[in-house]
Amino acid sequence: MTKLTDLGIAALRDGFRAGDFSARDVAIAFNDAVASAKPLNAFIVETPDHALAAADAADADRASGNLKPLSGVPIGMKDLFATKGVQTTAASHMLEGFKPEYESTVSSNLWRAGAGMLGKLNLDQFAMGSSNETSYFGNVISPWRRNNGDTAALAPGGSSGGSSAAIAARIVPGATGTDTGGSIRQPAAFTGISGIKPTYGRCSRWGVVAFASSLDQAGPMARDVRDCAILLENMAGFDAKDSTSLDLPVPNWEAALSSDLKGKRVGIPKEYRVDGMPAEIEALWEQGIAWLKDAGAEIVSVSLPHTKYALPAYYIIAPAEASSNLARYDGVRYGLRDLPDGANLQDMYAATRAAGFGDEVKRRIMIGTYVLSAGFYDAYYTQAQKVRTLIAQDFDKAWESCDLLLTPTAPSAAFGLGEKSADPLAMYLNDVFTVPTSLAGLPAMSVPGGLDALGLPLGLQVIGKALDEQSVLNASLALEERAGFTARPDKWW
Amino acid sequence: MSVDSATVRKIASLARIAVSDAQVEAMVPELNNILGWIEQLGEVDTSSVAPMTAVIPNTLRLRDDAVTDGDVRDAVLKNAPQAEHGFFAVPKVIE
Repeated sequence: MTKLTDLGIAALRDGFRAGDFSARDVAIAFNDAVASAKPLNAFIVETPDHALAAADAADADRASGNLKPLSGVPIGMKDLFATKGVQTTAASHMLEGFKPEYESTVSSNLWRAGAGMLGKLNLDQFAMGSSNETSYFGNVISPWRRNNGDTAALAPGGSSGGSSAAIAARIVPGATGTDTGGSIRQPAAFTGISGIKPTYGRCSRWGVVAFASSLDQAGPMARDVRDCAILLENMAGFDAKDSTSLDLPVPNWEAALSSDLKGKRVGIPKEYRVDGMPAEIEALWEQGIAWLKDAGAEIVSVSLPHTKYALPAYYIIAPAEASSNLARYDGVRYGLRDLPDGANLQDMYAATRAAGFGDEVKRRIMIGTYVLSAGFYDAYYTQAQKVRTLIAQDFDKAWESCDLLLTPTAPSAAFGLGEKSADPLAMYLNDVFTVPTSLAGLPAMSVPGGLDALGLPLGLQVIGKALDEQSVLNASLALEERAGFTARPDKWW
Repeated sequence: MSVDSATVRKIASLARIAVSDAQVEAMVPELNNILGWIEQLGEVDTSSVAPMTAVIPNTLRLRDDAVTDGDVRDAVLKNAPQAEHGFFAVPKVIE
């Protein structure tokens, strides 16, 4: 019999409905897998009781004929989502011990749909990072290793590195992620799983610890495209508590999945052929183009001329918004307080923030404070927002000749922990292919395409028009069917 | 534009982050490296471009001017580092 932990979201849901196993058996199997995977450090808090309670409710619901969309399915929750009564830290010392009195809208939607929570997943501190090396609770270790005998610990990507590592290691069947500049897609690519960032506004930001509010967007991560579609349907939806939430019905993405791309035009942006990109990634991109042609799509060449300015614009806008959002951590209302002897209120603020924030978070708050300060605001922030308009216009122009774009997800396979952490700029450059989409608010998905020569996963990214998640999912499904990606890391943990 | 240690100290003070002299010295080249890189945005001609305000056309909604929440004082104070008599407590600010 197949191990329950080898099943994905759809297989667990359908098997549970068919009576092949109980929800309690599923929860126990995943709880055990979580408990035995400590060396990955994927979780900050484990919540086996939450998973068991949801499972018992699901078993009772099945007995009484009241099945919910995610009955019998346990998932992991990125520790950026507020969960009532369960520590929510954003992987920071600042929020260590913080137990929200409320539930985020996205997690609340998932629990209402019948899902259970296996635990709170580790991440880069306040979602700032691309390798999960900025967490106060330690690095997440990717379950993947190079196939040349090298046992060096590899990055699971970031910021949703706990989510990606846990899914790749088969200790959760799916998880939530959040994506500000690539934090769902890049970790998905690094670990051989799938993840979609929907259109900005699809998923409520209410109860998600804020990083850069004009960019932050939640989305699902799972082993395949169908599983992502199922989770996204149960995360998305209008929420009056988020002023940028889109007041639109949630499409039935799973039911409309189709890998037939006849009539679809897929653009290949020439500016994404960056210097120094490994030949294997070029080759995978070419392979992806061939796969989409095979699925019936027409391939066209397009230009996104402002692509090279996306990263510098992002590294003004995101830190600016972060410096403003993170001003709330003042040691007064919640979180850490550091009150040196004889300190006044101002001293307390400064001491608290010095003690509570990690180096990367401080760096971004400092950059953000500087670019927003008197005399520099227009030169940096306004200019970046204007460039952002140009980047969005590039996409609008591309949509005149195509319906979707295909690019690599990241310019490299997973790197080793410590290889890039000494140079913040080198780390930022890893988001070169994911950031432009974030700036334009468009839906984009990463799916595994193959392995590099060292046996590490590489991802392909599909970008779509605003609100057209369906076409993104469908093209991703076409890639998935043709890639036949079945590789998984050998268990060493 | 580049920053010196006095500017870094000023930014840290605006951001309410206590920094040591050694931290300031370490931050100067680090921030200059990043600022030097984002400087390239200056070469883009944006004279006829409006700054982005919303990625997806969306209108801000108004809701009825009615109480939708409240009477949750204890929940609000639950995570406070120091709460007294139903209030957040801070070091004395008036002599």
